[in-house]
Amino acid sequence: MSAVAEQVVPGNFEKKIGEQFPRASIASQHTVDKIETLWIPRNHLLEIIEYLKQDFDMLFDLCGVDERLRVYRSGMPDADYTVIYHFLSIKHLNELRVKVALSESDLTLPSIHTIFPNANWYEREAWDMFGITFTGHPALFRILLPPTWEGHALRKDHPARATDMAPFALSAERQDKEQEALRFKPEAWGLKRRDKDTEFMFLNLGPNHPSVHGVFRIVLQLDGEIIVDAVPEIGYHHRGAEKMAERQSWHTYIPYTDRIDYLGGVMNNLPYVMAVEQLAGIEVPERAKVIRIMMAEFFRISSHLVFYGTFAQDVGQLSPVFYMFSDREKLLRIVEAVTGGRMHPAWFRIGGVAQDLPEGWDTMVRDFIDWMPKRLDHYQKMAMDNSILQQRTRGIGIYTQQEALDWGITGPGLRATGVDFDWRRDKPYGGYDQFDFEVPVYHGGDCFDRARVRVDEIRESLKIIEQCLDNMPAGPYKAEHPLTTPPPKERTMMDIETLIHHFLNVSWGPVIPAGECSVTIEATKGNNMYYLTSDGSTNSYRTRIRTPSFPHLQQIPLISRGLLIPDLIAIIASIDFVMADVDR
Amino acid sequence: MVELVIYLVIFGTLFGSFAGAALLVWFERRLLGLWQDRLGPNRVGLFGAGLAIADIIKLFAKEDWIPPFADRFVFVFAPTAIVMAMLLGFAVVPFAPDIHVADLNIGLLFFLGMTSLAVYSVLLGGLASNNKYALLGGLRSAAQMVSYEVFMGLSLMGVVMQAGTFSLVDIVLWQADNIWFFIPQFIGFLIFLIAGIAESHRLPFDLPEAEHELVAGFHTEYSGMKFGMFMLGEYLGVILISSMIATIFFGGWLGPDFLPPIFWFFLKSFAFICFFILLRAAIPRPRYDQLMSFGWKYLLPLTLINLLATGAILLWA
Repeated sequence: MSAVAEQVVPGNFEKKIGEQFPRASIASQHTVDKIETLWIPRNHLLEIIEYLKQDFDMLFDLCGVDERLRVYRSGMPDADYTVIYHFLSIKHLNELRVKVALSESDLTLPSIHTIFPNANWYEREAWDMFGITFTGHPALFRILLPPTWEGHALRKDHPARATDMAPFALSAERQDKEQEALRFKPEAWGLKRRDKDTEFMFLNLGPNHPSVHGVFRIVLQLDGEIIVDAVPEIGYHHRGAEKMAERQSWHTYIPYTDRIDYLGGVMNNLPYVMAVEQLAGIEVPERAKVIRIMMAEFFRISSHLVFYGTFAQDVGQLSPVFYMFSDREKLLRIVEAVTGGRMHPAWFRIGGVAQDLPEGWDTMVRDFIDWMPKRLDHYQKMAMDNSILQQRTRGIGIYTQQEALDWGITGPGLRATGVDFDWRRDKPYGGYDQFDFEVPVYHGGDCFDRARVRVDEIRESLKIIEQCLDNMPAGPYKAEHPLTTPPPKERTMMDIETLIHHFLNVSWGPVIPAGECSVTIEATKGNNMYYLTSDGSTNSYRTRIRTPSFPHLQQIPLISRGLLIPDLIAIIASIDFVMADVDR
Repeated sequence: MVELVIYLVIFGTLFGSFAGAALLVWFERRLLGLWQDRLGPNRVGLFGAGLAIADIIKLFAKEDWIPPFADRFVFVFAPTAIVMAMLLGFAVVPFAPDIHVADLNIGLLFFLGMTSLAVYSVLLGGLASNNKYALLGGLRSAAQMVSYEVFMGLSLMGVVMQAGTFSLVDIVLWQADNIWFFIPQFIGFLIFLIAGIAESHRLPFDLPEAEHELVAGFHTEYSGMKFGMFMLGEYLGVILISSMIATIFFGGWLGPDFLPPIFWFFLKSFAFICFFILLRAAIPRPRYDQLMSFGWKYLLPLTLINLLATGAILLWA
């Protein structure tokens, strides 16, 4: 599938759906990001989405919003809660947002998991966070919060801090209840204990296991060592990042984004600050753009190196991870020299970056670009060309192109099935259109190809960094805009206007104009989107973080049935996820 | 006097192999460190060698815990079996012309018997733990050992046919008169090497343990010195297999006169120990069914062909 742009004119789908479903009242909403946003009535939801599936390959995101306290809602239908469906068409490079308004008295709408299978987990999340019921959903129970949790955490009336709640006490009664909730009941997960002539063994892989890369649990139904079924369970790493966004100021939320995909470092800041900048109307200077791209690509390499090493390690090759970590160390030293931090620099700012590049950055970067390709050749021979590694990963964990799209797989996992789509090249953001790089694509869709895509991407990232190095523009590293945070300080002592701006932006934080905006980037593990709703205040009204790893884990059962435990380990390794990126 | 010498040899072998295994833990980590671009343990004692002692103290000082759901007797017995079997195996190793615990006329069979006994340890340990990961590890080890036992025995039969004896001392003496066995029995040597790695379940054949898949496999529930015994057994196994390769295929104590025979023996064994460690640093782990089919589809026919060819050549000559 090639990604030739047949840009659909905005406003197109309002007309199309209106013609197709004359009895449904469709309303369109203007958003800052220019993504077509339509309000559709609940009773036509299923048929409209069915219709939209002809044009859109992927349910990119599904989330809820508690609209009850929102002030700036002019032009939108009345709603207490909204469910937002975000569709992506890779063929047409188009996005569409569909909103359904719900009233507090009747928080139900039909489940769309039969149309887009990856809606399953998203709908569970929306139920968990907002208490919105999806009728027809096969297993609507909590996904991120513990089963004994009371209330729905992202509702505006749910406390955000522990200090807003009554003091915690673990009575004997409560302890029993919590422990009872932990008891494993295969039936509740839809697993049978026995077949006609086999009694199955259930194996809890995780939440603590050497190969699940964090706190992730997969319940395996085994016949001998053959996986009959697998049920992934997430939520152990949930820290309420979306809730915290509603509490922090626009500026002080940046460090939280670092910790979403904790191997991605400043790459996480990028979609967030870009979304805030769009809302605020800030134009970022060229130098800041190139610095951002350079640092983001450094973190892509860093993340892929961790992947490469652990991938080899998970199929039993113990040495590569040590080599790759020492390369990563070299890289993190550059990051440290530039940003002062290593894994979580929180270094991008609304309107630019925190500081200018330090003296001598170019020699460090040059060193690294000269060093890395030789090492990659070496690793190729050591790991990827190794026949045992290939035996373990080729033909294992295959999903087809269609399955990948159906399950919302993005990034390297999608490119391994032959979909030639990279957000950086096809929908350039933040200045990527100025760069020259290839998008590696393979066609097998198996563990080995997923790894190959990433290995090739390291080289492409090196190319991008080299272009940054050779063409670093001069100029300011921060925008001259009143909402830039912290604002450029040069003129603060000269005139009272700038001083006031500076004072308010630093003490209260900037007030971002009301509006909605989403920015998607090609992050280390797939497509990462921040969908910000501002209500004209110093903090966000709703921050939705669409992370790539969430749907990636959801489809594990699909590709691991009938395989052996070691294959599952190879699959997990090849997906390349971090749990914080799943649970947020 | 003669009795004293015998006792000396027995105790020398016993404590020598213990010390060897303990030091090997440290040595392996140093070597891995070297190959993996890092330091490895280098703080305690000379080059960190004190780590061996620190490790032993730690293992002894740990709580000796038996999980309440385990089968008590078998759980305790299992780790001792592997150490006993491996130590008994050393009884027939000829370190030098006159330094050996016993020169049995069925020495080779005795060695094979002892390594087979070690399987029980892993199997029983896995079953007695009453843990699912341990169970899977035990299952894997049973299948793996049973298959590789076959090739291990058969791969040595070519040597036995040529030397006309099961006695390890006589096998070395045959090599002194003729040629080291790794030349005429090269295929036998390769298969014995592979089967030996599988027997001592070291990476790449550490499937019963398979950290990344089964947490710690058959010894998941073990801790303290009971775990230490499994570890000891594994390292004793490495030393034993290495010294067997040196004895059977590389002329045991034979070597130029400027060094004493026992030194040559240790040098050769040491080289194979290093090779074992290098394998761990270099090779990924095949899947369990791949390992099985590799054994039955390639190694077994190859062994049989080797055996037939050896027999035919002997008859023809």
